[in-house]
Amino acid sequence: MVLTIALLSIGVLLSLAVLAVGQRFRAAGTVIYMACLAVNLVLLVAAGVHLISRSNPLTMRLPIGLPWIGANFRIDALAAFFLVLASLGSAAASLFALGYGRHDAAPGRVLPFYPAFLAGMSLVVMADDAFTFLLSWEFMSLASWALVMAHHHEAENRRAGYIYILMAGFGTMALLLGFGLLAGPSGNYLFTDIARSEQPQWLHSLVFILFLFGAGSKAGLVPLHVWLPLAHPAAPSHVSALMSGVMTKVAVYAFVRIVFDLMHSPAWWWSLVLLALGSVTVVLGVLSAILQRDLKCLLAYSTIENIGVVFLGLGLALAFKASDMAAASALAFSAALLHAFNHSLFKSLLFFGAGAVFTATGERNIERLGGLIHAMPQTAFLFLGGCLAISALPPLNGFVSEWLVFQAVLTSPDLPQWSLKLSIPAVGAVLALGAALAAACFVRAFSVVFLGRSRSDAVKHARETDNWSRTAMGVLLMLCLLAGLVPGPLIDAIAPVVEQLVGRSMPIQSGNAWLSIVPVAESRSSYNGLLVFVFVLASTLFAIEIIHRFASRALRRGPAWDCGFPDANPVTQYSADSFAQPIRRVFGVAVFAAREHVDMPAPGDGRPARLTVSLRDHVWDWLYAPINLAVQLAAERLNHLQFLTIRKYLSLVFIALVIVLLVISIWT
Amino acid sequence: MDLIISLAVQGVQVVLVLTLAPLLLGFTRKVKARLLLRQGPPLLQPYRDLLRLIRKEVVLADNASWLFRTGPYMVFSATWVAAALVPTFATGLYFSWTADLIAITALVGSARFFLALLGMDVGTSFGGIGSSREMMFASLAEPAMIMIAFSVALVVGSTQLSAIAQFMLASGSLRVSLGLALAALVIVALAENARIPVDNPATHLELTMVHEAMVLEYSGRHLAVLELAAALKLLLYISLIGCIFVPWGLAQPGDDLVAYAVGLSTYLGKLAAGGFLLVFIETSIAKMRVFRVPDFLGIALMLGLLATLLRFVSRSF
Repeated sequence: MVLTIALLSIGVLLSLAVLAVGQRFRAAGTVIYMACLAVNLVLLVAAGVHLISRSNPLTMRLPIGLPWIGANFRIDALAAFFLVLASLGSAAASLFALGYGRHDAAPGRVLPFYPAFLAGMSLVVMADDAFTFLLSWEFMSLASWALVMAHHHEAENRRAGYIYILMAGFGTMALLLGFGLLAGPSGNYLFTDIARSEQPQWLHSLVFILFLFGAGSKAGLVPLHVWLPLAHPAAPSHVSALMSGVMTKVAVYAFVRIVFDLMHSPAWWWSLVLLALGSVTVVLGVLSAILQRDLKCLLAYSTIENIGVVFLGLGLALAFKASDMAAASALAFSAALLHAFNHSLFKSLLFFGAGAVFTATGERNIERLGGLIHAMPQTAFLFLGGCLAISALPPLNGFVSEWLVFQAVLTSPDLPQWSLKLSIPAVGAVLALGAALAAACFVRAFSVVFLGRSRSDAVKHARETDNWSRTAMGVLLMLCLLAGLVPGPLIDAIAPVVEQLVGRSMPIQSGNAWLSIVPVAESRSSYNGLLVFVFVLASTLFAIEIIHRFASRALRRGPAWDCGFPDANPVTQYSADSFAQPIRRVFGVAVFAAREHVDMPAPGDGRPARLTVSLRDHVWDWLYAPINLAVQLAAERLNHLQFLTIRKYLSLVFIALVIVLLVISIWT
Repeated sequence: MDLIISLAVQGVQVVLVLTLAPLLLGFTRKVKARLLLRQGPPLLQPYRDLLRLIRKEVVLADNASWLFRTGPYMVFSATWVAAALVPTFATGLYFSWTADLIAITALVGSARFFLALLGMDVGTSFGGIGSSREMMFASLAEPAMIMIAFSVALVVGSTQLSAIAQFMLASGSLRVSLGLALAALVIVALAENARIPVDNPATHLELTMVHEAMVLEYSGRHLAVLELAAALKLLLYISLIGCIFVPWGLAQPGDDLVAYAVGLSTYLGKLAAGGFLLVFIETSIAKMRVFRVPDFLGIALMLGLLATLLRFVSRSF
């Protein structure tokens, strides 16, 4: 039933995509987005019911695709969880797009691909054989690529699209090889067959590396992240929200499906690889985010950081699973899943906010914004909520998953491997550093965009965004709050997923007193977001009551004090770059080889003084630049082959033939 | 009946931290003045300052937003809740399991998040300099605090402060990792409370100021609320050090009134001792340049990491 509904919904989405081609009438956008919203709500309810009711896995085989396999689909607990995540994100994005899409200059370039993209993401999650999976995966990649190229008139968007399609192709190739190895010579492309087959450990290790490349490049794991901060911001904001909030989670799904579900006995060193890559991802992601001037680039880099946190959780879960510590593994795995879910909520919210700001001002450069809290008070409030959630501050949801990861770190001294024992404390420090830097990053983002005085004329004519957009952001903020206040039911809802993959789930939370969460035992640790919220609310109300009863109510407006020397020019206020300067100075020298060059004119010289900051991207310099160089050199060399005489071509063919025949004769 | 008593004890703690916070501030100012051979303001001066501030009119900058007016209450309530969740005179209070040490750290982080936003609201360069430096300090102090929480939690097997205090009371012994954690916590406490050598609470017009720069635009009742929040934060850190490292005298759940009285008086003693040591440190060292502070906080982070690592390596450290 649920599976039929899901497949029908995807069918509707695909037909919407076909119908939307070439539509020019004005209401086309409204119709398409409304239909996407409805379909995704249906999908959300269906998958949610399946997850919560702990139903048995459903499978279905459609007679399309390869004739001897068909197209196989399955909804089990894991697929249902990611379907919930995807359809929730898609529904919110469609709701937002009802308002935001009206401002699109060329809706014809977005409307056909948008439903296709939504369908692709859901199909990946439901695929039950390698062929369907890869086909859906590539469909999703191509649809999102088309959306990235929606505004292809700008050169940087074309560059983003180019790098994206290269990386996506590379990722799919890694997945293809991985599935090929798993299927073996007999061609077991069904996931159930793959899970049942016995294969040597080294082969699984090779598949692990390939899937780390394939899924990691889509998720944005450093060093495969280079496309993400280019491509995600280039798309329209509701699509950026989907790419950052949902598509990266589909990549996490692919990784989890293969590494946790289809390969039973992980080697412990896999987790070491995951922890190392996750740590680098967290630090590099958040530090890059702090230095961005483009609001959407900043959010994209912050996605990279959060993906790092998810992969750290998965790495811990894998380490525990390899050492047969099921309870600890369940804790770490739940934390990773919960963080993936939470991140999809608040990152969509923040991208919507960025979209609303862009619509109101036409600016994405935060150095030219400022003071928007006056023109857009409600958007400011909603964006602030998202900033609090993503900075892992209680009582919102980002903190809950971050706290669970910390609790998982605290269970790890029992691991037998010394290399893990010595590296996990550093992982804990990296997580804490990431959370603290994320707070700095979002203080900067919010205060430069919304607080202070406006830095350009673009802000002066800004108006509050439309009702649809505000509703979408409001719904997401409510969900963030809810997931932060009562995370217990959420943890219980993902318990079947955890049980399916690591063999055990966290203790049932819904019976705990006052709805608190207790990951291991009450004497060990517990957290109650609801009570924290109630306490904070009560003491705020108490303070306001006392102040209003006893304090003077007199209030006078005047010019800012600023120690007696206020300057009317908004340029004198702190800018985004100046806010980031201390952090750049502390961390940037080591991570980005940051250099400051001051050009101070001599006395009497009329030139303005200049401060130039240079940053280097080590990943690009040391990994991609050499590859790029090698490919270019090879291309140049091979280019000579294009201009040979016919005699030389004939002799080349002859030599090749002789070599092939020789090889075959020696082989047999 | 038990419920009423335990709720009452919890209530006493909530009110106690709020009422004692200005007194602690007055005490440190008095001691500092005496150490500098000055007379110093009376002990109760902070209360008078607060009263005077809330009676005054508020002068708001022209472009101050709604966040500027509501933010101080958020800073205050987050700090107050965090301070009330640290065991002061008794362990195992009714709501003590609401938040553990990590959550309390994060709650202080919430207060700081709002404070940094408030510094940026009016759009002056002084507010910005304070906010950006505060967030830079926090980016090192908060991980250090989490590492301290880790090392203590790995000794005790719990991140709950009540459980930690009870464990330290029952089987506390000298451990290398705890020593490192204490040193790190003292550094973090100095930085978080904007004390010398990180920041100078007594100055206004100085380019190295951090906390005072963020609240520069505030006046009247809003300033009073923020000052009270700062006092609460100082009290929070001294209570934290007291509860983890010198838990003696803390009343246990189920104790009689005498035990609670003992707990209360030892708590006052701990506050006085903590305040005195703080001032002693402050008067004996000079303030650092602002870009030396990351090194100073980096020491705390490394100490915390080392303490945690030791616990991962062996149970006996």
